[in-house]
Amino acid sequence: MKLYEYQARDLFTRYGIESAPGIVASNPYEASEAARKLGGACAIKAQVLVGGRGKAGGVKIAKNPEEAHTHAGNILGMTIKTLPVRKVLVSKALDIEREYYMGLTVDRTDKSIVLIASASGGVDIEQLAEKQPEKVHRLAINPLKGASDEETEGMLRGVFEKEGLLTQAMDTAKSLFKLFMENDCSLVEINPYALIKGGELVALDAKIVIDESGMFKHEKLEDMRNREEYGPDELEAKGWGLSFINMEGNIGCIVNGAGLAMATMDIIKLFGGAPANFLDVGGSSSPEKVLHAFEIILHNSGVKAILINIFGGITRCDDIAKGILQAKKEMDLSVPLVIRLIGTNEKEGRALLEKAGIEAHEDLVKAVQKVVEFV
Amino acid sequence: MSILINSKTKVLVQGITGHDGSFHAGSMLAYGTKIVSGVTPKRGGQVINGIPVFNSVREACDQTKPDCSIIFVPARFATSAIRESADAGIPLIVCITEGIPVLEMLANYHYVREQGLRLIGPNCPGLITPEECKVGIMPARIHKAGSVGVISRSGTLTYEIVYNLTLKGHGQSTCIGIGGDPVVGTDFVELLDLFEKDSQTSAVVLIGEIGGEDEERAAEFIADNMEKPVVAFISGKTAPPGKRMGHAGAIISGGRGTAEAKVKAFQEAGVRVADRPDEVPELIA
Repeated sequence: MKLYEYQARDLFTRYGIESAPGIVASNPYEASEAARKLGGACAIKAQVLVGGRGKAGGVKIAKNPEEAHTHAGNILGMTIKTLPVRKVLVSKALDIEREYYMGLTVDRTDKSIVLIASASGGVDIEQLAEKQPEKVHRLAINPLKGASDEETEGMLRGVFEKEGLLTQAMDTAKSLFKLFMENDCSLVEINPYALIKGGELVALDAKIVIDESGMFKHEKLEDMRNREEYGPDELEAKGWGLSFINMEGNIGCIVNGAGLAMATMDIIKLFGGAPANFLDVGGSSSPEKVLHAFEIILHNSGVKAILINIFGGITRCDDIAKGILQAKKEMDLSVPLVIRLIGTNEKEGRALLEKAGIEAHEDLVKAVQKVVEFV
Repeated sequence: MSILINSKTKVLVQGITGHDGSFHAGSMLAYGTKIVSGVTPKRGGQVINGIPVFNSVREACDQTKPDCSIIFVPARFATSAIRESADAGIPLIVCITEGIPVLEMLANYHYVREQGLRLIGPNCPGLITPEECKVGIMPARIHKAGSVGVISRSGTLTYEIVYNLTLKGHGQSTCIGIGGDPVVGTDFVELLDLFEKDSQTSAVVLIGEIGGEDEERAAEFIADNMEKPVVAFISGKTAPPGKRMGHAGAIISGGRGTAEAKVKAFQEAGVRVADRPDEVPELIA
């Protein structure tokens, strides 16, 4: 789950991490008012859940409240990577001497949490790590043990050389780690982490991504969920216990299991077709789930045929067959259906379909070839 | 021989009184798996399918001495279930549960290892040594005893490939689902190593998918350390970047973890890569 910058800043504040003063605005009037309160000169920043807003023109500097009004008006009308900008953050302009980077993430290969810092902040850290790895300092942290002050200081000393900065950076790193662990984060990032005139380090941006699997522990964070992170079909599917992702092709797919669902899309492509979606009905599928799967797929008027690929394990083929028959009865299934049914209770499932005059394949490749012929 | 489990393996089922636990305990038992005990807190003293139920893993271990534990408890209780098994010193812990928070799994990973034990999963179908022992939820009848080792990040896709193997007469030594999460207890490399050393296994099938770099590391290991032939299949060639494809670990992020990169790594390591599940048996032969 991704948070907007302004939401992430709120969490930073709760953990004692200082950000540049800022106010959220939903229209130009609020933006100019915010600029006035903050003392005039401000950055007007689009609030979006994707990166690259700067390049897209979603961040502008305003010298005074009037300019804040104009910039906010322009930015609030923008669409950045298909997402419309509905809010801007008006952030007080500060005298920046240097931009650093600090962040925490999970290294799934190394099985550690990594604290990352750099004295070359304000740029894409992944690109920097690739081009100039010597500028990116890392500390791998064993989650059972945490990091000792000595380890943290040892790493940060290479980035924040002056003693005054090092103390501040240490405090921030500790708070950031606490925030990361207590909220089941998968990414927390301050970029840039700026040294301002007077010698203070301040967060100029805030990025937080929370692990979906950890959300059951954090009811309060649920209030921060931004539904626009997901497409409307994805959200609907989630509500029914289905995993769904829209694609650009015209062959709708209903599959059990994520790996098989991906492989099914790949095989469709291999035979010259194009999948319209990824859809995993999950294990222990009830007939209702199949019905909902059809509904969601048929929202897309571009779908010209549907392939159902089931390899029953926990999923029972007769449940799937019942769902298909119910869908045939209750819905306007105007597109051709190709079914591949195998595994647990396949005889029962197949018999149900045959009675209704519906053919079910055993062989996946044949089923894919057939569905590709239809489009 | 096989790896990790065989006809002598004694199995404990954690969460045996639950919906999934009781069903799969029954089906494992029917396959011939030696299930010696079950655990559900506060349900000690019950008997399910002839299996005695205990309140704690410790108690079950004292009385029935299992070599392996399989976990069916919901995600919010999974970490304590894994650690309970680890604290009791069970050498092989198999966690079927999906949806365990990543930071908990990171800690569990180290917790289990520091005690010299092995965790398979989570978010996996378990493992099977055909015609001997099944510790998992896979449909048993698609399997046949033989000499092909199978390792996979997926469930049903593994069934698809095993089905094709059996259909073409390639039985399996042991099949292991390592799990679809970003952090799993045992990775491809460790199991490749076990298969390389296993006298019954003559070839290995590796089923990977987008996300992470476990496949790339496996390719490197194969090139440097393996004599036995390996055939790979990678799913997610059509997956869009930045989207989690059903499995929490199946995501292309920052241009990393693509199917192309994995296929290339395998090909460079001399591993044959199948385009379709039904091509896997031909590539082994």
